Amino acid sequence: MSESRFKPGARVKVLKAYPLGHVRTPYYIRGHTGTVERVCGEFPNPEELAQMRDGLPPQPLYRVRFLQKEVWPDYRGSAQDVVEVEIFQHWLEPA
Amino acid sequence: MTEKKLKDQGKYQPLSYFQLMEVSLRELLVEKGILTEEEIAREVETMRGRGYERGTRVVARAWLDAAFRERLLRNGTQACEELGLEIPALKLLVVENTRETHNAIVCTLCSCYPRVLLGIPPDWYKSRNYRSRMVREPRAVLAEFGLVLSEAIQIRIHDSSADMRYMVLPMRPAGTESWSEERLAGLVNRDCLLGVAVPKGPND
Repeated sequence: MSESRFKPGARVKVLKAYPLGHVRTPYYIRGHTGTVERVCGEFPNPEELAQMRDGLPPQPLYRVRFLQKEVWPDYRGSAQDVVEVEIFQHWLEPA
Repeated sequence: MTEKKLKDQGKYQPLSYFQLMEVSLRELLVEKGILTEEEIAREVETMRGRGYERGTRVVARAWLDAAFRERLLRNGTQACEELGLEIPALKLLVVENTRETHNAIVCTLCSCYPRVLLGIPPDWYKSRNYRSRMVREPRAVLAEFGLVLSEAIQIRIHDSSADMRYMVLPMRPAGTESWSEERLAGLVNRDCLLGVAVPKGPND
């Protein structure tokens, strides 16, 4: 098991990386900074599972909340609007 | 074969890459004795027969029972199991609409959907249009569904990008105070559970 590094409320930045393979971190959110909304638990790493490996140890998965205005500078809507995305720990760094 | 006979049989379409993969995998599973044709057919039928009624039952119960509602928001999977709903392997997060916040669900990467609770997803949920625009311009997409929300309401879009699955707990419409659980469930449709619509009460 891997320990979860971030607590709800922590500011985190999504890595701006473009590895090949099966990745569950959407492109549009890479490089953006958000706030941990909750820790979802630990799940086998999908990038490893896709390679027919066991994905162990399981990795902490977070729901991270991003302000739409920060993700899309020309966003049309309220400044409070958010998008929440599930992101594995190895894709996050402290912001 | 005459020209007419060919026409009767419709236009020949080669299998797509994914159709071919599906057929190959299915035939291999049967050939190696892992599954039988009957088992596969039965599972397909079960999946096709599943609707979103289970989701509406969960919502109606949450409207009537405040303690259940709290448990549902804390641990969606456990709360559904309380109602006798078998939802194997579903990590369910229920997100609640309030006067201040409206929630909606999308999966931008593929089309993750809580099938055991809501059945087969509608085609639009899987479309590139919905998947890409719902995170980019949700207010415009919701308006196309007939849901125009004031700027005073915060929109929370949930991108179902990994292992969790989502369901929206809509607000109970006014004027339904004395309604039974069954009648309340009848107000909720699939679109309400995804957050692209809200249930309409007798006063709406």
